[in-house]
Amino acid sequence: MEFILNDKAIRTDKPGGMTLLDFIRYDNHLTGTKIGCREGDCGACTVLVGELLEGRINYKSMTSCITPLANVRGKHVVTIEGLNMEALSPVQQAFVETGGTQCGFCTAGFIVSLSGYCMSGKEPEYNDGISAIDGNICRCTGYKSIERATALVIEKLAEKDVNDPVSWLVNEKFIPKYFLEIPKKLMVLKLANQSPNGHEEGLPKVGGGTDLYVQRPDDMVTGNVHAFYDVPALNNITLKDGQCRLGGEVTVSDLMDSKAFNHLFPNLKKHLKLVSSTQIRNMGTIAGNFVNASPIGDLTIFFLALDSVLTLSKTGGASRKVRLQEFYLGYKKLDLGHDEIVEFIEFSLLDDTTYFNFEKVSKRKYLDIASVNTAIRIKENNGNIEAIHASAGGVGPTPLYLTKTCAYLQGKALTPENIRSAVECLNEDISPISDVRGSKDYKALLLRQLFFAHFIELFPEKFEMEVLV
Amino acid sequence: MKNIDSKGHVRGESIYLDDIPVRVGTLYGDIFDAPCAHGKIKRVDYSEAEQLPGVVKILTFKDIPGENQIGGIFPDEPLFAEDEVHFWGMPIALILAETEFVARQARKLIRIDIDELPPIVDPREAKAKGSLIFPPRTFKLGEVEQAWEQCDYVFEGSADSEGQEHLYIETQGAYAYQMENGNVRIASSTQGPTAVQRTVAKVLGIPMHKVEVDVTRLGGGFGGKEDQATAWGVMAALAATLLKKPVKIVLHRMDDMRMTGKRHPYKSDFKIGLNKDLKICAYEVAFYQNAGAAADLSPAVMERTLFHATNSYYIPNVTATAYSCKTHLPPNTAFRGFGGPQGMFVIESAIAKAAKELGVAAHEIQQQNLLKDGDEFPYGQIVEHAEAHSTWAKVCDKFDLEALKEEIEAFNANHKHLKKGMALQPVCFGISFTNTAMNNARALVHIYSDGSVGVSTGAVEMGQGVNTKMLQVAANAFSIDPCKVKLETTNTTRVANTSPSAASSTADLNGKALQIACDKLLERLKQTAAKVLKTDVAHISLHDDRVYCKSEPSELSWEQLVQAAFLDRVCLTENGHYATPVIHFDKTKEKGHPFAYHVYGTAIFVVTVDCIRGTYEFDAVKLVHDFGKSMNESIDLGQIEGGLVQGIGWMTMEELKYSKEGKLLSNALSTYKIPDIYSVPKEIQVEALESDGHEMAIKKSKAVGEPPLMYGLGAYFAIQNAVKVYNPDYQLKFDAPFTPEKVLTALYERTNVSVPGV
Repeated sequence: MEFILNDKAIRTDKPGGMTLLDFIRYDNHLTGTKIGCREGDCGACTVLVGELLEGRINYKSMTSCITPLANVRGKHVVTIEGLNMEALSPVQQAFVETGGTQCGFCTAGFIVSLSGYCMSGKEPEYNDGISAIDGNICRCTGYKSIERATALVIEKLAEKDVNDPVSWLVNEKFIPKYFLEIPKKLMVLKLANQSPNGHEEGLPKVGGGTDLYVQRPDDMVTGNVHAFYDVPALNNITLKDGQCRLGGEVTVSDLMDSKAFNHLFPNLKKHLKLVSSTQIRNMGTIAGNFVNASPIGDLTIFFLALDSVLTLSKTGGASRKVRLQEFYLGYKKLDLGHDEIVEFIEFSLLDDTTYFNFEKVSKRKYLDIASVNTAIRIKENNGNIEAIHASAGGVGPTPLYLTKTCAYLQGKALTPENIRSAVECLNEDISPISDVRGSKDYKALLLRQLFFAHFIELFPEKFEMEVLV
Repeated sequence: MKNIDSKGHVRGESIYLDDIPVRVGTLYGDIFDAPCAHGKIKRVDYSEAEQLPGVVKILTFKDIPGENQIGGIFPDEPLFAEDEVHFWGMPIALILAETEFVARQARKLIRIDIDELPPIVDPREAKAKGSLIFPPRTFKLGEVEQAWEQCDYVFEGSADSEGQEHLYIETQGAYAYQMENGNVRIASSTQGPTAVQRTVAKVLGIPMHKVEVDVTRLGGGFGGKEDQATAWGVMAALAATLLKKPVKIVLHRMDDMRMTGKRHPYKSDFKIGLNKDLKICAYEVAFYQNAGAAADLSPAVMERTLFHATNSYYIPNVTATAYSCKTHLPPNTAFRGFGGPQGMFVIESAIAKAAKELGVAAHEIQQQNLLKDGDEFPYGQIVEHAEAHSTWAKVCDKFDLEALKEEIEAFNANHKHLKKGMALQPVCFGISFTNTAMNNARALVHIYSDGSVGVSTGAVEMGQGVNTKMLQVAANAFSIDPCKVKLETTNTTRVANTSPSAASSTADLNGKALQIACDKLLERLKQTAAKVLKTDVAHISLHDDRVYCKSEPSELSWEQLVQAAFLDRVCLTENGHYATPVIHFDKTKEKGHPFAYHVYGTAIFVVTVDCIRGTYEFDAVKLVHDFGKSMNESIDLGQIEGGLVQGIGWMTMEELKYSKEGKLLSNALSTYKIPDIYSVPKEIQVEALESDGHEMAIKKSKAVGEPPLMYGLGAYFAIQNAVKVYNPDYQLKFDAPFTPEKVLTALYERTNVSVPGV
């Protein structure tokens, strides 16, 4: 496989399942990329991965510790070394200025994430700058100096040319000159590298890798993989005929960046920001979230409440449909054949009287796994619940569709009394256990609260906590 | 001056342990550890693992040429388990393989047959069973027993705080290789190079001079690499010596979290007596420290708990007793604050409890009892230069406490689902190693013939900026451009018998030693200058890289002066030794003057609790801190902000969970959460108290490493105050951390009524 690492063309026969981190640190001796956790939770190994799209390169930050080498085929990988110039860049300078680095072990990750943000074609905004480093953990600074550094960087970006950020950044000495040549080089690479990515059956299947490489890295890192991440047919978001269809390899970031999807869910950014971190959202795919079968998968809970339908297909053609709520047979048990993949997912579009909400509480609000998460979709008609779909995670062996609760509320008036009495059904729907994310009593109480929160959020004029409890 | 290391950090060019270029033939070590908390080893079968291609050797206690012993204070901790295991994660064997991957695979092939024994995980249970690391200690002032009768009010309760994982982003590690004549050199990620050296010598059965330990920098330490870095350094040195190959050990995160000790969890009982004027007249406390399976630094940590049992308050009658309880957790260890925070949490809990019962705000009691000059600490030291009142007064004035209180009341009246809570948190922290003997340091200074300067000290750079401060001391002493000074690695062959970089004292001790060395060199250089300029030495001074004579610049630059001294065969190398004066402590009486000085400060916390979801956000922490005369404001501010946030983490989201069997459940970054950029207070305002500093602080710049962590205690009480507003039925509990789970439960607990839906 071929790709570009900083300013250097790489051709390697290393196994596709190897982590990008090991390739960078140990095969290429680029030690600025650090190992902190090897599970995507600290950001010390953050790199930028640039993909050629319509003649321009779209750079995304990723944690190289859980990125399979196969997923950077034909792309531009940038490490801290690839950002260094003779003088410090304004991003680097800002961290020096504000004391944004203490022990320094996490620093390169921050610099890479924030430099990646600079390269985006978006108007500079302080909050977006902070978002870009939300997957980078620092144990020394308490982040205040890093916030000050980010503010300085945003100031320096004020004049950025959003139409051609890379040239502007090169001129302003944010990034080295060689970046200008990368699109051309990648184009050549792409041409020379047209062999289909994947279809190597029998190998472990991998999408974004964000969960597989956390759960069982040792099974992955020495061999090749059947990589789906870059299959174009699996990357589409389409809205047509009252249906929304998402390819299995659509990432969380793809959803967040999709205008159409944001239009469908006005609170989308708020909701999806609760899902992991920028780096992981750039890699994690919806199909991966479904097949991981975690009882607490955020996207699974999100799409369960949309009453989504999966299309599963075998390599070679045959496909079938299964409702997401019927996809989970037991703890980590799926209605998915060995030779099947999740090709796409569909749900019916929301109309003006259909409301959607997602709630999640975890020990740490962001970049954490939920103690409990829940989503709801309600169609209201003259103060009545015409249709309702609700889901909850962390309260059973699988991601739960709240069957009894939905059945109970279907057709009922949207009143505090009805919602309050639905709690009985809610408790019948769930079977929480005590674990590191909370005791079973807490999870039951929390789900009740978040269930109430749906109604308080969606119909604030009708519901208040005091009336519900 | 900005941190001198930051330029390397932002370019990813700073060298940490795992970045050291690997020597040809390097072997990689992985540790096979105990799969239960307590048990007798019947048999370990290594045969399958040994046959895995790439595995070179598996070492156990049987291979140790010297003593199988790494205990720092007490010899109670084997390097490798022999016939019993005492904690989940206790090292049993070291696998050496050609790659890290193979070593890890081999570990999975080792079979162990173990007779499990019942583990103890709770310190109270350990105490009840007489399982103590060493005998309890008691600090006493006045007569508590008689004082109760004179108190208008007496309240009792208990307060527990959980442990805390250091979570340095760089995990533990060491890289060792054999030199000639059986000497061994170890690059170690340790705060205590001498501890590694001493222990390697003991385990290998060789003298210390054959062991060289070198430390460039750490990717975070926080106390977790003070004592607990030693085992990996010793294992690497042992394997390198036995196999005559370079050996590298870098722990995987989950191995690090499972095998290493943490901040000590404490359980405590308190009794507090007050008078009508809210003066605390008596305080009795029993601390049950969860020491884990071996002493490690627990005796010293426990001692500091006793020293700080009354925080910033003067209490005339105190009895504080501490038990170091031996359990089957990994040996708990140093963590920023070193037992102090655990002690302070209990007195703050006692005050909160009294306040609730008396219907007053806790800060009224806090303010009534702040230390002033002439008061006596329970350990006999008399309070001097107290800044408890001044920082308190300034924080209330500067940040307008009265207006803040009104604002919060108005907010709470206007919001049904959101409630704000406020708390004040004063801090008083003693500076010095409580073990008097450790308060000494040395520095070695070379002035090279071109005028450049090399400085070696015993200080380990781990993010606290000590390299920068040392450089400032040297550049300042010679009045030369800082770029002419280089900080060398911390190395046991250049600076010997060092104390670890700990106790917030690193800059003070090493800085003073460095100052002494520089002053001696300066004196010699001045004599050279006087000779060259044919004047009296009293007329010579150095400013801005130039010799001045009678306050006028001379023709002699720094470089020319050094060159002249060199040609005149003047010694341009000097060693400085510093031992803190005045301090002493008599353990038989538990009285003395253990601290060079104290650091003070007061913080105000404001938090908003989401009473639907049980989550919270800190609106602001505003504090006034006694820096003395800060020699580096940027670095010191970083220590305050970072320490504060680490303390908030300990009090809120950082929850260490062990199973009943003693297995760590929160064993990864996915299950143990430290603050991210969104969870820190929206606003942190740090105001300096302008004080004269202290003669025993380097350049009168007071130690700043640990004290700010304890501001974090305020997080607990601010949340508690918000919860109280929402739920008048809430019964105060002192059970840190205050996780969202505990908050939600507290918000909906009802007196004698079960919560609907649960």
